[in-house]
Amino acid sequence: MADPQPSVDAQERTPLGLAERGFRGRIAVIDAGAETIGASSAETERRLLELGFVEGATVEILHEGPLGRDPIAVRVNNCTIALRRREAMAILVS
Amino acid sequence: MTAAAAPMTWRFALVGTPNSGKTALFNALTCSRQKVANYPGVTVERKAGLLHTVSGYHITLVDLPGTYSLRGRSPDEEITRDVVLGKVASENAPDLLLCVADATNLRIALRLVIELKRVGWPMLLVLNMIDIARRRGIDINIEKLSAELGVPVVTSTAVRRGGTEELLSRIDELATSAAGKSVASTWASPSVSDLRAAQREADRVIKSAVSEPKRPDTVTGRIDGVLLHPVAGLLILLCLLFVMFQAVFAWAKPLMDLIAAGFEWLGVLVHDTLPEGLLQSFVQNGVISGVGSVLVFLPQILILFLFILLLEDLGYMARAAFLMDRIMGGAGLHGRAFIPLLSSFACAIPGIMATRVIDNKRDRLTTILVAPLMTCSARIPVYTLIISAFIPEREVWGFIGLQGLVMFGLYAAGIFGALGVSFLAKHFVLRDDATPPFMLEMPDYKLPQLRSIALGLYTRAMMFLQRAGTTIFSMMVLIWFLASFPRLPAGAEGPAIDYSLAAMIGKWLEPLTAPIGFNWQINVALIPGMAAREVAVASLGTVYAIEGGKEAAEQIGQALAGKWSLATALALLAWYVFAPQCASTLAVIKRETGSWSWMFATFGYMLVLAYVAALITYQVAVALGAG
Repeated sequence: MADPQPSVDAQERTPLGLAERGFRGRIAVIDAGAETIGASSAETERRLLELGFVEGATVEILHEGPLGRDPIAVRVNNCTIALRRREAMAILVS
Repeated sequence: MTAAAAPMTWRFALVGTPNSGKTALFNALTCSRQKVANYPGVTVERKAGLLHTVSGYHITLVDLPGTYSLRGRSPDEEITRDVVLGKVASENAPDLLLCVADATNLRIALRLVIELKRVGWPMLLVLNMIDIARRRGIDINIEKLSAELGVPVVTSTAVRRGGTEELLSRIDELATSAAGKSVASTWASPSVSDLRAAQREADRVIKSAVSEPKRPDTVTGRIDGVLLHPVAGLLILLCLLFVMFQAVFAWAKPLMDLIAAGFEWLGVLVHDTLPEGLLQSFVQNGVISGVGSVLVFLPQILILFLFILLLEDLGYMARAAFLMDRIMGGAGLHGRAFIPLLSSFACAIPGIMATRVIDNKRDRLTTILVAPLMTCSARIPVYTLIISAFIPEREVWGFIGLQGLVMFGLYAAGIFGALGVSFLAKHFVLRDDATPPFMLEMPDYKLPQLRSIALGLYTRAMMFLQRAGTTIFSMMVLIWFLASFPRLPAGAEGPAIDYSLAAMIGKWLEPLTAPIGFNWQINVALIPGMAAREVAVASLGTVYAIEGGKEAAEQIGQALAGKWSLATALALLAWYVFAPQCASTLAVIKRETGSWSWMFATFGYMLVLAYVAALITYQVAVALGAG
């Protein structure tokens, strides 16, 4: 109760890249951070933003690829985007 | 004074996110025939067309590749950036940006609009596909949207007749008043925080001007539930490809028979009308046998394109890329490479050009290197000819045509060859640790427009006929000449063709091609095949027609069945899966990679593969008793 709000949030945040099919949530943070993702982290972040992955947007995992459940098809507000789980790790959802 | 009399000319550029319908709009406005499809990345070059407004203005409309921002991440996006910013040295900057947005999917489009505003040119926002948006119950307050964005807004339905009238009258008005309204550009490559701010602004505008339906459209989601199912989805994709190749055989047969009969009749007519001699031989053997044997394949090529166009317009291609991403990734290819590679089934040239949507240089290069291994439509005539001559027409397991099965196998050989080569290239030649991201918008399914499909088929048919009329025809003249001269020496025995230049060239190559079972007639046919693969069929037609003499009207397939062993036929099929043919493909590789060495590398590796494949096929077949 006395806990500051952000730390509660932080506990609930999970990367979208680990979520399963059917997951629904809201984007808390886009942070490509120090993840060793193929393209530079700033570039990955820019691309995600360009496709509408922005803080506050609602996301839902609609479909999973046939091999290793990768890539995933994500509904972002009203648009469906396919992306690999590796890049989806940069999207923290709650 | 003269300026008032002369029509004013302007330059308007069509800009928008991928798959927003720019090309459909361009076609509707300019009555042009560009290729339109329901997947991102169809337009990879800029194209210009003329538009005449009711007030007599001449507007050059430039259709640009779709882009999510002006950052220019890949070669096609660089084109858009340079044209929009007016950086192309040879042409003027656009006077107005026609910013096209898919009315059913405004979020991403409006963020781009906000970025484009900073460039400073006058703008008009076109809400395309407004009919679909209305049907789904998406309510857009146009005045409010325009006021919030500070950009005039107009709606359109590019694929419907009359769907662009409002847009045309607005263009006319803007042409009257557009001059001198641009302001200085404040555009700079957007940073992460710029993009974030722009998307928030776009979301705010949408919240105030657009109301989404209470019950969202679920058709696409339900279809995807099946088509993207991990097991069913892959099976459906395989079945689709399989049905496609079966159809290429089964549906085309009656039409092909008809065309073949027509040319046969024409040949006999010429034979009977013209006096015996050089002219008769030229028209009958050179022109009619040669060109006819290629034109017969028009129905098959159109059926293949019908499937590809339908799948594109439906919006299936992005799904195929989704299903194939990991499978292709295992072979070192990018998921986005699937679309260029699938286009290569029609022809490697548009396929290689479509690789411009791949932003990573190494991924793009790998895709270019293997694109020619995809079985292009020019190989169909060769495959069909040999298959129908050597593979019995019977059913396997009761329902699958054996001929279609062999055809499917040849396509599969090309695909697995490409996967193998890309795997080797990725791991040994073009090593790169960083795998670029795969992110792709999945468009909603749309019913294909009959007009767009018909237009696409018409364009392909004309391209094929034009090739038959120019490249193929001139090669046929050359082949006829080589096969007819020098004439039979006085007192010599045997068919005259044995003394011709063609026989000399073919026999000169025989030591090289004997291990793979090719006779001199095949050797001769391979050379003009460099100009266009299907010429090989026509060349065989001419060579055997001249050699056959009186039975020239006999169908070439039957002639081959009597003259080649099964091993030779199979070896030629194997050769054709890999052979580096068609000079235009090599020229496009040179242009797109900007280097001669990559072109020669492609030529070299394919030649080696083709020879090895033919060698193994021939030797194994002979060992099994098919020699």
